[in-house]
Amino acid sequence: MSDPLLSVANLGIVLGDRAVIQGLSFELQAAQSLAVIGPNGAGKTVLLKALLGLIPHSGTIRWRPDARLGYVPQKVEADRQLPLRLRDLLAAKATVLKLSRASLDRASAEVGLTKDVLGTSIGHLSGGQFQKALIAFALLGEPNVILFDEPTASLDELAEERVYDMLHTLQHDRRITVILVSHDLSVVYRYADMVLCLSKGTPCMGPPREVLTPETLEALYAAPPKYYRHAEGR
Amino acid sequence: MHEEQILFLALALLFGLAAGLVGCFALMKRMLLAGDVISHLALPGLGAAFLFKVSPLVGGATTLFLGTLLVWRLQKKTGLTTDATIGVVFAAALAIGAAVTPREDLIDALFGELQRVSVLGFLLGLAATLVVALSLFLLKDGLALAIFSPDLAAATGVNVDRVNLSFLLVFSLTVLVGLRFMGTLLASALIILPAAAARQLTDKLSTFLVFSVAVSLVSVLAGFLLNTFVLKLALLGPTIVLFSAFFFALSMLARKA
Repeated sequence: MSDPLLSVANLGIVLGDRAVIQGLSFELQAAQSLAVIGPNGAGKTVLLKALLGLIPHSGTIRWRPDARLGYVPQKVEADRQLPLRLRDLLAAKATVLKLSRASLDRASAEVGLTKDVLGTSIGHLSGGQFQKALIAFALLGEPNVILFDEPTASLDELAEERVYDMLHTLQHDRRITVILVSHDLSVVYRYADMVLCLSKGTPCMGPPREVLTPETLEALYAAPPKYYRHAEGR
Repeated sequence: MHEEQILFLALALLFGLAAGLVGCFALMKRMLLAGDVISHLALPGLGAAFLFKVSPLVGGATTLFLGTLLVWRLQKKTGLTTDATIGVVFAAALAIGAAVTPREDLIDALFGELQRVSVLGFLLGLAATLVVALSLFLLKDGLALAIFSPDLAAATGVNVDRVNLSFLLVFSLTVLVGLRFMGTLLASALIILPAAAARQLTDKLSTFLVFSVAVSLVSVLAGFLLNTFVLKLALLGPTIVLFSAFFFALSMLARKA
């Protein structure tokens, strides 16, 4: 097997006086998709931030030298009244990374952002448009790894479906490695090659069919899983 | 107009340019009100300079920049917001400044004075304005990202701490350019009002910057001309600020229309 894209060894993260993550080790190969699941407070968002180098940690996080990271956070606490058009925001990142205008156009086209939407103030974007904007932002710089933190938390079902279809396309057409935090286990089943479950106990990792068993889920969420049949029997 | 008046007006316009640019980013960072009190940090230095008969600009600059660094450091250590840390330092600075400044110089320190501007003084003001403009040009993209989302900015490779500190220092440098003729109480007003007026009229960043600078420059010019040829007051700062407040009121009406 080739050099892993990501190697994490004995990772520890402390916030305040609470050890949120302790002794976490795992590896991720290129073009794989990893779903991170767990109850609230388990450290899912904190793990992503540590992988991005945004917060201090103990242990080691080693990205392969050719890794280029993109990040779609769960929420952005931005002042939506900022006098910034979407194009200004994307152009700012393009300038910082010394990218051409063409790369901005490519990233925008990839997520279906029209000229009108690009010229819209970020405060006037709908939830779905804002999420697309964050994905376009992440795609600038041609990342080969994208970290998504609950990318559909504030979207309706249709918009959610579109985001996950986009994710699927990125992963399979562009061979992008995806690390996805999601509470939706059906999404995890559909899109993840590997699942990492974080909890107060020992973390577990493996393919969805092996990890997402009733016993594991009960241990993870401290409650037995419930299964619902969809109206059309899907 | 005499040569000294022309130099004085030129320096005031340079301040207007710098204030118009800085105000836009200060508004986006939501530090306009907090930034207002940054100019007060110069008061202890100004007061000490008057007391010991040294250059007021050097005295004011010393406490202004030391105070700015103190604000930044306190913010990082305590996790308080910018306006909370500035409030803490401002209260102390104002008290110390009022205590050390000789009574006969206190009004000049607080509200500025019409004064002779030497060629050297003008050139220093020009250099400071160029530093402000160039710094903002270099910082604008990282600053915009950091204002939108510090996490996304950091993930993009922006050193958010350094950008924030750089902006605070540029803000202080802008205040310094206008300090002697606007005074510590009003120097920041020209940073606040034109930006607030411009924001009423546009949500496009480039237009925002242009409008803010335009309002600032017109306020300075109108204030100077009215004061020089009509009012002949000893203080210029209040006239300039009143004009920019008037333009803010106009912008509110324009927005309503």
